[in-house]
Amino acid sequence: MDFQLSFLLSADVLPLLFKGMATTVRLFACAWVLGMLVALLLVGLRAVPWRWLDWLVAVFVEYHRNVPTVVQIMVWYFGMPEILPRDIKLWINRGDTEFLFAMIALALNASAFFAEDIRSGMRTVPHTQLEAARSIGLSAFGALWHVILPQALRISVPPLINRALILFKDTSLAMAIGVVEMTYQTKAIENLTFRSMEVFVAATLFYLVASLVLMALGAWFNQRFPPAHKG
Amino acid sequence: MLDILHEYGLMFLVGTWPVGPLGGFANTLVLAGLGLGLGLSFPLAMLLALARTGSIRWLKMLATVWVYTFRGIPLVMVVFWAYFLLPVMIDTTVPAFATALAAIVVYESAFLAEIVRAGLDGLPKGQMEAARSIGLSYAQAMKSVILPQALLNIIPSLVSQFVSTIKATSIVYIIGVQEITFSAQQINSIEMTRALSVFLVLAAFYFVACLELSQFARWLEARIRARQLRPA
Amino acid sequence: MPDMIDLQHVNKWYGQYHALNDVTNQVKKGEVVVVCGPSGSGKSTMIRTLNRLEPIQGGRIFVNGEDIHAVGRDINVLRAGIGFVFQQFNLFPHLSARENVMLSPLKVAGMTKAEASELAAGLLEKVGLGHRIDSMPAQLSGGQQQRVAIARALAQKSPLILFDEPTSALDPEMVGEVLSVMKQLAAEGMTMVVVTHEMGFAQEVADRIWFMDAGQILEDSLPAEFFSNPQHPRARKFLSDVLEPRGAATLPY
Ligand SMILES: Nc1ncnc2c1ncn2[C@@H]1O[C@H](COP(=O)(O)OP(=O)(O)OP(=O)(O)O)[C@@H](O)[C@H]1O
Ligand SMILES: [Mg+2]
Repeated sequence: MDFQLSFLLSADVLPLLFKGMATTVRLFACAWVLGMLVALLLVGLRAVPWRWLDWLVAVFVEYHRNVPTVVQIMVWYFGMPEILPRDIKLWINRGDTEFLFAMIALALNASAFFAEDIRSGMRTVPHTQLEAARSIGLSAFGALWHVILPQALRISVPPLINRALILFKDTSLAMAIGVVEMTYQTKAIENLTFRSMEVFVAATLFYLVASLVLMALGAWFNQRFPPAHKG
Repeated sequence: MLDILHEYGLMFLVGTWPVGPLGGFANTLVLAGLGLGLGLSFPLAMLLALARTGSIRWLKMLATVWVYTFRGIPLVMVVFWAYFLLPVMIDTTVPAFATALAAIVVYESAFLAEIVRAGLDGLPKGQMEAARSIGLSYAQAMKSVILPQALLNIIPSLVSQFVSTIKATSIVYIIGVQEITFSAQQINSIEMTRALSVFLVLAAFYFVACLELSQFARWLEARIRARQLRPA
Repeated sequence: MPDMIDLQHVNKWYGQYHALNDVTNQVKKGEVVVVCGPSGSGKSTMIRTLNRLEPIQGGRIFVNGEDIHAVGRDINVLRAGIGFVFQQFNLFPHLSARENVMLSPLKVAGMTKAEASELAAGLLEKVGLGHRIDSMPAQLSGGQQQRVAIARALAQKSPLILFDEPTSALDPEMVGEVLSVMKQLAAEGMTMVVVTHEMGFAQEVADRIWFMDAGQILEDSLPAEFFSNPQHPRARKFLSDVLEPRGAATLPY
């Protein structure tokens, strides 16, 4: 098996690779932002003292934690159009339907995990910390900013970064519904050219480098902000 | 949803078996079970973890590269590689199931290795020191003192990883492995107009199995923790 | 009397930090040496080099005539001839008291199960735990755990036991039971090196006292001399600190 770098750099292939990478990154970024927003909403909802709401959020979280991400994507892509009103369906179909549904599914999936990570961070800060902060004269905001958040984030951020890594890798599952992201593109180029080795190496390196950046970010955070000693 | 389950329940469960090969959820469980344990991924993970916690530099490096690589790429890519490389390496055609299994074994070994390593690192340093002090060799200390404790402590994480593996197998239908997601795709192509029900039934299978296992893991975790906190 | 331990110009560094600075001294067979000194002075480091839990970068250490740090030596065999008792007991929590004691006889000395079990029962009896033979470590008090640890060291049938602050992790009411076992061993002629702050024990049992500071043995004297007339100013300061700890009265308010 000879490896031809020139194949990857050729004018036929390179733009295709870049397009795949760009879609992967875009899918990741959109899903991350939407997922984080939903997660914050979920955390807020859990604070509301209504039993049925608490229960609903729990079901939402458990569904997304216990069903494979690719199945969640399929439910959205194949299933949702059946129950959406016709007008909305038409409106959606004018855009990039696959991308949109994949993004929603990935975002909701990530949000369930994000929410749990945020909550576990908040839980580790004992209530007495707030009392202590207020008793030395800090305002509610000051207490949150200087005392509660720094402690909670130390606990929450590492699993959140790890989750971001998983979300990044999970964007590859969007190929199942035909989103032309990096994995789909890899397979497409391979089918066209039969140069498996070159395309696979390129795709693997792309994922690996991006993942290592995220892992390094996690390692840096752990070193810069080690978790407070366990008390 | 119930009518779909009623009509295609067997296909979800076992695929076309006994007429065809075993498929459906049964095959999902077989694939995940073989992929994670039963002499395949776990021994590999143990070796990787021992190499990473050990003191032999080049072994440590090799194991670290292995772990970071497979943690850093999507399973789909590993499946592609297996699909492409395996036939070249052993010079025959490889069945889809074996291809998927190989991909899952190497992929999961990286995650398992991290779990085992956490178990080893989680023990107090004094355990190894005490074991060496009474004259045990490194291997004896590992076997009699360190591993029995570490492996007990990581059982809940192993169950959680089994859940992850079950979920991960849902992607191997792309190379034609007849597990439950494959069944759902087939049923969907027969039914055409009831996709939501079909895929919700599919989701329900995973949901029930994984939720039960996750709760089992939590229960184990609580039990093992309670054991450790027993009054001294 | 021949030497049990012979330290010759031992040097150890942690990175830039000179943890043991040209330590040279001997312990004779049957002697009890108590090592004391301020925190961070290198007591643990020194005692841990004696069974090669810590490597050294210079000098040599002979135990029973064997060069402990020589390359190519079967360190497991050498270690089996040296008992070590830790501050944190370090019992194996998944094994019962009896199994903790049996492990070395079984795996290193190659005894049969029956022999090892009998030996363990006898030793646990000796440290006053005949009634707790099959207890798990978590079911034992700190003092009891430390006595099991001593029995575990005795099971190696070694003529030498090293103790690194064996009573420091114990509640005060349990210190006595452990010290009395150690006194018994000393009376039976066991060679012992004991890092401890228990000055009463030192006065009563020790043949010699080593005072360490900054990685050196600054003073090596008989207990009577050491307590009545310490030579080194730092030893004097140390003694006044442990014997009459400064209380709240000297705090600046
Ligand atoms: N693994 C290590 N890495 C770096 N420095 C170390 C290490 N272990 C010990 N030291 C340093 O070596 C010095 C001696 O430590 P050692 O534990 O021997 O002191 P010690 O006399 O036993 O004190 P203590 O009474 O607190 O137990 C200390 O300054 C300590 O910080
Ligand atoms: Mg010490």
